[in-house]
Parts: sequence; structure tokens; C-alpha cells
Amino acid sequence: MKLNSAFNRSLWVYHFNSGSCNGCEIEIVATITPRYDPERFGIKLVGSPRHADVMLVTGPVVHKMKDRLLRVYSQMPDPKLVMCIGACGISGGVFYDSYNLDGPVDEVIPVDVYVPGCPPRPEAIVHGVVTALAKLERLQGVKA
Amino acid sequence: MTPVTVAAILGWCILLSFFALSAGLFLLGVDRKFAAHMQARIGPPIRQPFIDVAKLLQKENVVPANAIPWLFSLAPIIALASSIVVLFYLPVGSIFPVLGTYGDLVLVMYLLTVPALAMVAGGFASGSPYATVGAQREMVTMIAYEFPLAIVVVGVAWRLGAAGLAAPFTLGTMAANPIWTLVGPLGLIGALLLLLVLAFVTPAELSRIPFDTQEAETELAGGLLVEYSGRNLAMFYLAQGVKTLVLSAVIVAIFFPWNLSAFIAMSPWIALPADLLFFLVKAILVMFFAVTLVRVGMARFRINQVVSIYWIYLSVIGIAGLLLLMADASIPVLAGVGI
Repeated sequence: MKLNSAFNRSLWVYHFNSGSCNGCEIEIVATITPRYDPERFGIKLVGSPRHADVMLVTGPVVHKMKDRLLRVYSQMPDPKLVMCIGACGISGGVFYDSYNLDGPVDEVIPVDVYVPGCPPRPEAIVHGVVTALAKLERLQGVKA
Repeated sequence: MTPVTVAAILGWCILLSFFALSAGLFLLGVDRKFAAHMQARIGPPIRQPFIDVAKLLQKENVVPANAIPWLFSLAPIIALASSIVVLFYLPVGSIFPVLGTYGDLVLVMYLLTVPALAMVAGGFASGSPYATVGAQREMVTMIAYEFPLAIVVVGVAWRLGAAGLAAPFTLGTMAANPIWTLVGPLGLIGALLLLLVLAFVTPAELSRIPFDTQEAETELAGGLLVEYSGRNLAMFYLAQGVKTLVLSAVIVAIFFPWNLSAFIAMSPWIALPADLLFFLVKAILVMFFAVTLVRVGMARFRINQVVSIYWIYLSVIGIAGLLLLMADASIPVLAGVGI
């Protein structure tokens, strides 16, 4: 996949809740407020996975959401990134031994960036985006 | 027509298309910057729309399994092409419209519906329930705003005709005789009302807040455009930019047709770029008051509210403006003064 620098200055983000408690959602909404203003880096929230470059997944993957997560992931056009927000998506968090779980996000779809925290602060999410950009630049450096 | 004139017209059209694409994206960037500053943000750089398009062009272009492929891929091309074609009939700065002798403001009014119709066709062809709801709402919005738009066009042209000008519907006549210089005090109020109506039609034409029910990010997840990605979405993005430029150019052509070179004596080679820059400044001002200020300051209307706003409130305001313009033209004749 050929990528140029336009890609990492215009990341459109789609948010997917795979069974979160809404704590991470509140922090994601806090991240797009004027105080942090991610739009100055070209980042904006979009409503459709077809428009998205990055998918934010919050929460552990529950049985009911596994198919949906896989379908939404395959609906995103390539090239795409996945960011896993919050402790639940990384390990299952407080729900780690729940009967209702299909496991952490990275057992269902490939994850590029993990943002730990319960819930992570907006600064942590912004740092996660910077890590994603660094990864993109590394990939572009290899390909160029 | 000789082959040379045809070649000249084609060359101008290609040049103007490039100008339309870049100026349209520039206007979108300015709009986002202004909106960001009004919300106490720094906002994206002005060249952000160019970056977005460059990114969309390198993304995968997905055609959904239950879409109608040829219509799905044709709709963005028609939307972009038809919105560029409108600009060929409009004066840009002191450049006379390339095809100005072949069409007038009525044709422009019809052409303005083509991009919206292409979006409706693309939405229905997507085979997604969100896109279908969006397409139906777009049709309802179109039916709603056409009537006030027609009142404005007819009102201004009628006043020009009543002032004894030949061919009042052509944009050349409108550019040469600004409506404000022809009317008395009553007509001034009437023309202001018509300007207000046209300014309120603009956000609906561009499907921006408060009339963006057909794209409603929060309820319809992008509405009409929900299944579009990659190159097709980039074309709709470009069409959005060109439409912003065209709508500003329509308001500028009808209500603010002045040129810098008419006030300050300049050599022709300076006058052309100076008028072009002045046109861009006017377009930015029009867009700021008609689109940016409104979209930052207001929330979205429901689709049934959109219809009643256009058919009742704005139509009444428009007809009041029309009546004032008529009174302005006929009272001096009845009273036996003037003319």
C-alpha cells in the first residue's frame, strides 16, 4: 500500500463501542472539545466507517458485538488503523472473567495502538494518536 | 462558430474548471478556519481540504455489494461536472461568463438542481437504508427551497425589466446594472428582503447546518454519502467546494456585481487579477455570513420544520420583497412623477 504524507495530516475517525461502560466515550468526546482541538491536525469524527481512516474501539468485545465489529472493520476502506481505547479493550479490564466476553479487541481484529486507562485521560488519547502517526511515518519510511 | 472560437471557449472552460476546483477547496478551508476561530479553537490549516482530497484519492474505493454499480459511480462525476458547469454561466470578477451568451439566470437555477439530483440518484443507488432516508430528505429539501429561490430570481429580473432594460434575466445585464442603483427607498427594502431569502436558501443548497437533515452526521451517519469512500467521496467533496463557490458567485452576481477596476483606473493586466481577488473577497464575505456564521450559531432543523420555514416564512418574506419592488416601480408612474 502506497501512502504519502497527506494521509497522516487528515485522519478521519470512526468510533465503535464493542461493549464499553461509556466512560471511554465521555473521554473521547472530551478529546474533541475546543480545549484539545484535534481538528487542527486534520482529525475529525465521521459517522460512517466508509469515510474513516481510524477506528476507535472501546470496551471488551461481547458475544453480540463480535460479528458487528468484524463487519464494520471490513467495511472500512484500506489503508486503515485501529486504536484500542481503555483497559477493557486491552485485557478485558474488570470484566476479564465474564461469561459474556469474546476476549479483548486484539483477539478479534488487528490493533495498531493501545491507549491504557480506565478511562484514559484526553491527553492519553492524544498521545495515542501521536503514536499512531509515528507508526504511519515509520511504515511510509519503509515503503518510500 | 469557427473552430478557433470553439477552441478558445474550451480553453477558457478548462482554465475556469481548475480555478473552480482550487477556489472551492480554498473557500471550504476558510470556512473551517472561521468556524474554528468562532469556537475559540485554532482550527485546521486553510489548505486542509486539499490534504483531505489528496488522502481520499489514495484510499480504497468500495462499491457495496447491493449497490447499482454504474449509477453509484456515475453520480459523483455528474455532481462534480454539473457544479463546475454552473460557473461557466456566472461572471467571475470582471471576466465575462464564458457561456454567458448561451444561458441566463433561469438556466443557472435549473443547473443548480443537477448536483442535488445526482446526489439523490447516488443515495438511492447505494442500497443502504441510511442513504435512502437521506435521499428522500434531500428531495424534500429541494422542493422546499426552489420556490423562495425562484421568487428572488424573478423579483430581481422583473425590477430590471421594469427599469426598461432589455434581457433582464441575463447575468450580463445584472452585472452591468446593480439592483441597488435602480431602486428607490421602497425597492431598497424589497431588495434587502430578497437578499435575506437568498442567503437562507444557500445553506440548504449546500446541505450545511441548519438545513443538513439529509446528511445529518448524528442520526443518518452521513446520510446520502454514507456508502461513498475513496475517489467517489473525494469527487463529492470537490463538488461541495465548487457548489460553495457557485452559490457565493450567484449572490455576488445578483446583489454585489461591482468590480474594483470600475472605481480605480488600472491597466488591463492589473485589472484582471485585481478583480479576481476582489471577487474572492466578496465570495468569502458572502460565504461567511450565509454559511459559516449560521452553521456555528444554530442547531439543525427537523425535516418538517425545513419545509414550513421555506414554504411559509421565507416565501412570505420573499413575496413581501417582490411586492415592495413592484410598488417601487409602479408608484412613481401612478403618481405621475419620475419617468
